[in-house]
Amino acid sequence: MEEALNPIYDQTVFLLAALVLFTSFVMLAQTRLVNLVKLFALQGGLLAATTALVGFVHATPHLFISAGLTLVLKAALIPFMLHWFIVRLGLHRQEDRVIRPLGLLLGAASLMVFSYYIILPAIHLSELSTRNIIATSTASFLLGMLLMISHRQAISHVIGFMAMENALFFLAVVSTYGMPLVVELGIAFDVMVGAVIFGVFFFQIRESIDSLDVDRLNRLSHLYEGEEEK
Amino acid sequence: MIAMIALYGLLLIPLGGVFGLAWLGDRPMAARINNLLNTATFVVSLILAAAVLRMGTFLSADRWWMVDSFSVYLIVLTALVGLTTGIFSAPYMEHEREIGRLTHRRLRLYYAMYQAFMLAMYLILVTNNMGILWVAMEGATLATVLLVSLYRTPESVEAAWKYFILCGVGIAQALFGTILLYFAASQVLGIGGKALTWTTLYTHAAELDPTVMKIAFVFLLVGYGTKVGLVPMHSWLPDAHSEGPTPMSAILSGLLLNDALYAIVRSKMIVDQALSDNLAGFLMMGFGLISFLVAALFLHRQRDIKRLFSYSSIEHMGMMTFAFGIGTPLATFAALMHMTTHSLTKSSIFVTVGHASHIAGTQFIPKIRGLLATQPAVGWGLLIGTLAIAGFPPFGVFVSEFLVLVATMKSFPWLTLPVLAGIGIAFAGLFKHLHPMVYGARPENQQPVRANMLPVFIHLTLVLWLGLAIPDVLANWFDHAAQLISGDIPR
Repeated sequence: MEEALNPIYDQTVFLLAALVLFTSFVMLAQTRLVNLVKLFALQGGLLAATTALVGFVHATPHLFISAGLTLVLKAALIPFMLHWFIVRLGLHRQEDRVIRPLGLLLGAASLMVFSYYIILPAIHLSELSTRNIIATSTASFLLGMLLMISHRQAISHVIGFMAMENALFFLAVVSTYGMPLVVELGIAFDVMVGAVIFGVFFFQIRESIDSLDVDRLNRLSHLYEGEEEK
Repeated sequence: MIAMIALYGLLLIPLGGVFGLAWLGDRPMAARINNLLNTATFVVSLILAAAVLRMGTFLSADRWWMVDSFSVYLIVLTALVGLTTGIFSAPYMEHEREIGRLTHRRLRLYYAMYQAFMLAMYLILVTNNMGILWVAMEGATLATVLLVSLYRTPESVEAAWKYFILCGVGIAQALFGTILLYFAASQVLGIGGKALTWTTLYTHAAELDPTVMKIAFVFLLVGYGTKVGLVPMHSWLPDAHSEGPTPMSAILSGLLLNDALYAIVRSKMIVDQALSDNLAGFLMMGFGLISFLVAALFLHRQRDIKRLFSYSSIEHMGMMTFAFGIGTPLATFAALMHMTTHSLTKSSIFVTVGHASHIAGTQFIPKIRGLLATQPAVGWGLLIGTLAIAGFPPFGVFVSEFLVLVATMKSFPWLTLPVLAGIGIAFAGLFKHLHPMVYGARPENQQPVRANMLPVFIHLTLVLWLGLAIPDVLANWFDHAAQLISGDIPR
């Protein structure tokens, strides 16, 4: 990997990485679903900007395609869909429950440290920039997972899932100038189809338990833990 | 040339099937067309296998597709199980529609998604690109999520949601691992598509950075391991199996779990060369053994017949992961054979279980009684199938389990005891439930159903045959694949 092409580029990428991580942190503590979607859209925008920047500086034209895809899919279309679902399902005034917000943020901070710790042995691998990017991406990835664990609304779970994917793309774009184009198109297609299926499921879950609170999705464990017959 | 045509046929037939069946909708002939498509792909897979057997590893000129002795037999297995499950599902799904659990629209979805699932399976096995493999794996998840929620009961929606979220997160971790691997490879090979192709990765595996490869493998193992159903990421599996339609349980257990394990083993082949220690093998052994033991214990507590056999799938996948982890040619041979025998037996068991639950009108084990008296074919099918899966001689599962045991004794003698104990516990768990279901008095009003037991008998005969005598062709084939995986053959 050619190092320190130009310091301004490096610093911009760092800034963007920090911002992506920051949005992950803010999302974690967010209880309003509408705000969560907005933050997710912001993260998508940051990702698209990073992709375009990397594509421009390293002259890799196929990154412009994925920047465009990211912008359309993750910063516009999917947030728009999610927002539409929230309004349609009447969830825009509802608060999502978060268990122990303070402990959650402390946990998030320790995950951040942990990410640096596991990347530490790779210090010889290349110059500083890559190492930092791997660590922050790993952290955002784990924070997305934490978001899914800590929030109770099905929509938050979807956002956590997509945030994990954002972190992955950030890593791929910055450290290897994106995945090969075919793979990226395939992943984008999967994300698209996945988003549509998620939407279908919101309505099905709503229909079956009259809410989108996943804590109430517990029929199966009751069914098989208890002694009662099916 | 023949191989190339066969390969395109393998992908294009199901692709056409997805759109064709979606467009056609559920008419009486939809089931027949589904069978026809599956037969066609089966024939094509045989042609491909013959070509690969004759000419060795097939790599297309543009390096997009690669079929070696490891993947080609999985392709044939996939096509065979896909075909027989399709044959079984035609009367089964028709019955479900008659009793009003499904509508015509759902059946249309079912047939289209069946072909989509098959397409994803073939794509996983023939692609030469790790990224495409990931895309196909995610595609398989999406197709099966829709199948799990086919009945639209609250339970099935819950099971599908759990499956979607858990496997989604799992598969995201696999993508993370893939990206890290690509990162390590691009340091050596430069940026571009070839840093993700298996063939290039094998030749340069030794030059990859060990630290990054270690992290990548942990993510790949956990990610694809979620799909394999390794404990503790297994909790989607019993739910999805028990709430989805039965043919889907058969193809999930028989095919999807195998293909996810295939992805792990392929990654291990690369990571092993990059690392000086046997970290990948030990991780797989640990996860495999824990899954094996935990699932064997859970078998005793089940009250739902499909959950019972889904725990048995976890148990067997654990054993295969363990054997692949040991990594000696003998252990790998045993694991490959176990993959085959388990797929054949488990899919035939799910077919019988489907009929059994139609006869009894429930999946609740204490309510299923006297199958032999009501419908001997189904009763015998379940009895023989369970004997086979529990590892009774002379069935093939016995031979492969025995080989795993021998391999364990040779490499890690102190692990023989837990493995043996696990086999015993699982055996007891299965038989405790099986005995009253098969024997016993026939409940009143219990009627036989229209059943197609042909797939079951084909599969069980094959498993019996494998137990009595492994055909030379197959033995050589497993041998070659085992050496390939253990890294004995220089590429």
